[in-house]
Amino acid sequence: MTAIHVENLTKRFGNFTAVDAISFDIKKGEIFGLLGPNGAGKTTTISMLSTLLEPTSGKARVNGIDIQKDQDGVRKSIGIVFQDQSLDEELTAWENMDFHGRLYRIPKEIREERITDLLHLVELEDRKESLVKTFSGGMRRRLEIARGLLHEPSVLFLDEPTLGLDPQTRNHLWEYILTLNQTKGITIILTTHYMDEADRLCGRIAIIDQGKIIAMDTPDELKDRVGGDVVTVSSPDSERIAAEISAPWIFGAEQHDGQVTIRLQSAEEHITELIRLFGERGYAIASVSIHKPTLEDVFLHYTGKTIREDEAGATDRIRMRMMGRRH
Amino acid sequence: MDIVYTLWLRSVKRYVRSKSRIVGSLGMPVFFLLALGFGLNSVVQIPGGGGEDYLQFLVPGIIAMSVLFTSVFSGIQIIWDKQFGFLKETLVAPVSRLEIMLGQTLGGATTAVIQGAFILILSLFIGLKLTTITGFVIAFLFMTLIGICFAAFGIAIASKMEDMHGFQLIMNFVVFPIFGLSGALFPIESLPEWVIPLTLIDPLTYGVEGIRYGLLGTSAIHPLVCLAALGASTVVMIVVGALLFRKASI
Ligand SMILES: Nc1ncnc2c1ncn2[C@@H]1O[C@H](COP(=O)(O)OP(=O)(O)OP(=O)(O)O)[C@@H](O)[C@H]1O
Ligand SMILES: [Mg+2]
Repeated sequence: MTAIHVENLTKRFGNFTAVDAISFDIKKGEIFGLLGPNGAGKTTTISMLSTLLEPTSGKARVNGIDIQKDQDGVRKSIGIVFQDQSLDEELTAWENMDFHGRLYRIPKEIREERITDLLHLVELEDRKESLVKTFSGGMRRRLEIARGLLHEPSVLFLDEPTLGLDPQTRNHLWEYILTLNQTKGITIILTTHYMDEADRLCGRIAIIDQGKIIAMDTPDELKDRVGGDVVTVSSPDSERIAAEISAPWIFGAEQHDGQVTIRLQSAEEHITELIRLFGERGYAIASVSIHKPTLEDVFLHYTGKTIREDEAGATDRIRMRMMGRRH
Repeated sequence: MDIVYTLWLRSVKRYVRSKSRIVGSLGMPVFFLLALGFGLNSVVQIPGGGGEDYLQFLVPGIIAMSVLFTSVFSGIQIIWDKQFGFLKETLVAPVSRLEIMLGQTLGGATTAVIQGAFILILSLFIGLKLTTITGFVIAFLFMTLIGICFAAFGIAIASKMEDMHGFQLIMNFVVFPIFGLSGALFPIESLPEWVIPLTLIDPLTYGVEGIRYGLLGTSAIHPLVCLAALGASTVVMIVVGALLFRKASI
């Protein structure tokens, strides 16, 4: 049972290729993640799948419906929470929901019942008569998710659902997304540049960079592919270490931001020898840490760079400001 | 029809809530009415008129002005929806763009007619003498047509604009000329000859004359000609607006 089928989907803006011939299949009931840095092409992909953007080439079907041949058919069966805010600030929470329900032609009684239920679910029922412009970022996000579910879509797109939210709200939303998926069997496709989010929520992940899918599998499989363990070394000589270090039990090493990430077999066993090698060659070492590979390491392994959290943090702040009140 | 109503309802709700906008956009028409009406009333003699004074002559023009500005502005408002992201919510729904466009147009026209009605009521207090109820109805018919025509015009413009930067440009080089050429402030016969053709291709001219016929019982252009010309312009604007909005990107 395939919920989404994508084949060589491509989007070009002028000469620039934002999404470059990507292909994947998502099964019904899956939570599928598109993980990638800013500008990777995540939103562009979602926009094409939700019929807001015409693909330059390639094909895609959502719930078996061709996204180019039957746009209305696709639109009826999907729900979407956009990356950027899309609420009417001058309307109340209830009115925003009601507007949506009317657009999807949900009969009055069912509409009112569902709005009540959903507002309860996202804990906004006591604010339902407040104008959205008085809401915090987290409240807006929760309202948008409730709205995306109002017409009971079988596929839900979440574009960076927890962008800029505090840890507590994020956790809460994660729980909520998982519950939705399990109790209602909704297929969810979400984009994120948070590693922990992808790890926590997604059954499968496609790592996307510069418009291309560079790896796709379950989080555990992806981590296994990096192999064994990871030792991260902070050092002023990081470039030399990355270039020179070698041993039969070392799979590889990547240098980034004054650190070297060394992938190796059974780190506990080999760490003493590794430290001895450092000493022999006279590298200055600031700190060493051993851990199991994370998605961060997977990303580094495939792209040779990290999704820098501080960079992401800065963009989040800018975005949140843009999402905030503008009068 | 449900969808058109949904969009209409939203426009009207937003309008009713924006007290400052309601009062703000009454400012200029009221200023024109008072300053020109009272200022020039004793100075200006309307040629060929049956003794009507300038204030009476001016009222229909200012009502039309109020409807014009409010409707163009409400059409252009979809640029705000674009910038605030709300347009995406509407466009990703399984509804046609034509329905969205019509709902937006009718919503804008409704608020514009209400703004015009404010001026009309105000005018009754400062000396406008109503002739008949039929005349009153005729005036509202023309106000509605102006509202629809120019709300659709605003949407057509907004579909071609990326953001609000071009707004001043549109106001100064499109909307003010439409107002100025329409015979809202001066009788058409008294205009220089080379201006008259421009006046006659301006749809607002027929709206102003139509309202004038309704409220004063006389007009420079026959009311049925006004109705035909303004009606045709309205249809054209809706078609153009709908076509451009269909192509508009988000
Ligand atoms: N309308 C457009 N015109 C031109 N270029 C565009 C347009 N939309 C997106 N792009 C470009 O396409 C690339 C991918 O953008 P996209 O928004 O899909 O990235 P993303 O993965 O969602 O990033 P982020 O994490 O920042 O949201 C970017 O380089 C962007 O500048
Ligand atoms: Mg994005």
